[in-house]
Amino acid sequence: MHIIESGNVAAATGVKLARAEVIAAYPITPQTPLTEKLSELVDSGKMKAEYIPVESEHSALAVCIAASSAGSRAFTATSANGLLYMNEQIHWAAGARLPIVMCVVNRGIGAPWTVWNDHQDSISQRDTGWIQLYACDHQQIIDTVIQAFYIAETVSVPVMVCYDGYLLSHTYMPFDIPEQDAVDRFLPKFAPAYFLHPDNPANLNTVTLPDIRPDVRGNMAPGYMEIRHNLHADMRRAISVVEEIDRKYQQAIGRGGSPLMEKYRCDDADFIAVCLGSLSYQLRDVVDTLRNEGVKTGVAGIRLYRPFPDKAVIAGLSHAKGLIVFEKALSYGNQGALYADIKSALYPVTDRPFVHNYILGLGGREIKTPDLLHAFRTSCTDFSNISDEPRWIGLKL
Amino acid sequence: MNDDVIKIRWHGRGGQGAITAAKIVANAAFECGYNGVVMTPTFGTERRGAPVLTSLKISKNKIYDLSPIAEPDMIVVLDYLLLEEPGVTSGLKQGGMIIVNSPKTPADHAMNGIKIATADVTSIAVEAGLKQGIVNSGIIGAFAKAGGLMELDILLKKIEEEFRDKRPAQNAEAARLTFSRTDMGGVK
Repeated sequence: MHIIESGNVAAATGVKLARAEVIAAYPITPQTPLTEKLSELVDSGKMKAEYIPVESEHSALAVCIAASSAGSRAFTATSANGLLYMNEQIHWAAGARLPIVMCVVNRGIGAPWTVWNDHQDSISQRDTGWIQLYACDHQQIIDTVIQAFYIAETVSVPVMVCYDGYLLSHTYMPFDIPEQDAVDRFLPKFAPAYFLHPDNPANLNTVTLPDIRPDVRGNMAPGYMEIRHNLHADMRRAISVVEEIDRKYQQAIGRGGSPLMEKYRCDDADFIAVCLGSLSYQLRDVVDTLRNEGVKTGVAGIRLYRPFPDKAVIAGLSHAKGLIVFEKALSYGNQGALYADIKSALYPVTDRPFVHNYILGLGGREIKTPDLLHAFRTSCTDFSNISDEPRWIGLKL
Repeated sequence: MNDDVIKIRWHGRGGQGAITAAKIVANAAFECGYNGVVMTPTFGTERRGAPVLTSLKISKNKIYDLSPIAEPDMIVVLDYLLLEEPGVTSGLKQGGMIIVNSPKTPADHAMNGIKIATADVTSIAVEAGLKQGIVNSGIIGAFAKAGGLMELDILLKKIEEEFRDKRPAQNAEAARLTFSRTDMGGVK
C-alpha cells in the first residue's frame, strides 16, 4: 500500500514491520518525529515492543546493548551531537558484536550549532566497526531499515541506516509499505547463538589479555587482536551478505537490485558523479541535462559505505575518464572521506580515472541544482588541474 | 530530465496549517495519477504566527530533485498580509498565479503579468462551522478552482481523511464554499 508521509515515518514503519522488541532513544532534531512515532505505536498497542525513554543518547545505546546481549531485537536512532554523545557505546556495540540497528538522521555537528543536514555525523563514525547504509528516498529508508536487522543478525555486526535530515526526514513523498506477512517471511526471528539469561549468568567483554589464553573450560580463546581481526573479516564478508539479503528481499517484497551502489546512466559514461544519500538523486537531473549537451555523464550513489564496496567501485566506475565526488563531509586538513576511499579503491587499476572532490551543503547550505550543473560541467571540460585540494560549491567568502 | 514538474509554493503563518494543506493536495495529486509528489517544508525557527513556507512539486514521473522551489508556477498564500513580506512572491514565473486568502478583490492585489485568485476563506470557514482562523481546508477550494489541476471531489475526500478527527464535514464544506466563491483576475 502506498502512502505519502515523511522519511521519519517511513523509518518508524520499517522498525515496526521488522518487529523490533526494544526501542530506546533520546529525541534530537531532526530525528525526533521518528522516535515520537515509535512511542505512539508502542503506547497504542499497534507495536509490541518495550519503549524505554532515557536521559541521554549514551544511555539509549547502553539500553540497546543490554537488550541485544539478552537476545532481543533492539533499535535506536539519533543525529549529530547525539550520535557523538553515544560514541563510546558505539564502539562497544561493535566490539561486543551486537546486531543493533540505529537510524542516523544526518545533521551537521556543532559548534557552532546547526540543526540542518550534512554527513559529518555519520562519516565521523565510519571507523567504529558498524556497517553503514545510506538511503536516497523514503522507499529506500523503509526497505533498508527492514533489511538492516537481517544483515546485522547474519554477521553479528551493528548497522547504521543513514538518511538526510530534513531533505528526507521531514519531506513528504509516496512510498510503498510492504505487507507484514511478506516481511515476516523475509526476516527470520532473532535467534542469537548465545545470549544472557538469569539462569546462565556470565561476564561479557571483560579485560582481554594481549595474547591468546585458555578459557575457563580449557579451550584456547582469542585475544584482543584476534577478536578485532574477526570483526574486520566479518565486515568484509558483510559485502556479499548485503547483496544476498537484497536478493532475498527482491524475492519476498519485489524491490531492490542495487544494495552496494546505485548507478544511473553510468555504463557508457565518461564522467561519473559519486556521492552519498539524496544528493545522488538530485544529480540525476544534472546528468540528464549534461547528456542533452552531448556530455556522457552518470551518477553513482554509494549505498553501502562501510564496509566499503571497493570491488563494485572498480567494476562499475573505473571505465570512466573521471569521477567527481560530491561530499557533505570533510576530513579537516585532508580531503573528503568518500573521495579518499574512491581514490584508494581505484589504486590497483592501471588506467584509472582522474578524481575530483567537491565539498558542499555543509550545515544545510542549500544545494542549488544549477550550481551542481556548473561544477559537474567544469569537471568534465577542464580536468588538467588534478589537485587533491577539494573545491567548494556555494561558498560565500 | 523531468520537465513536467508543477511547482507550488505555500505560504502561511506558523500554526495556520500550510503544511497540512500542502500534504492534503499532495495526497490528492498522487490519487489523480501524479506519481511524482514531493512536499518539502522549509525548516528552521518555526514559531506561531511567524511566516512559514513549504514547497510542493507534482509530476507524472518520479521526482528526484528535492531542492526548494526557486521559480514557482503557483503561490498559495493563507494570509494576504504575507504578500507584503519580502520573498513571498519571489521567483514567480511570468504568467504564474497567486491564490490568496483575502477579503479584497483580485484587482486590489494586481501584479504585473500575474494571475490572481482571491477568496475570503477566513469568513467562509466560519460560515462552514469552523472556528475563527481555520483556513487551511478552505484555501484548498480556491486552489481547486483557480489551479484546475485536480478534481474538487478528490480534494474534498482527502480533506475529510486528513481531518477525520477534527470536523471533517465542516472542513470539506469550507473548501466547497470557497470553490464557488473564488474570484479570478489578472493576466489571462
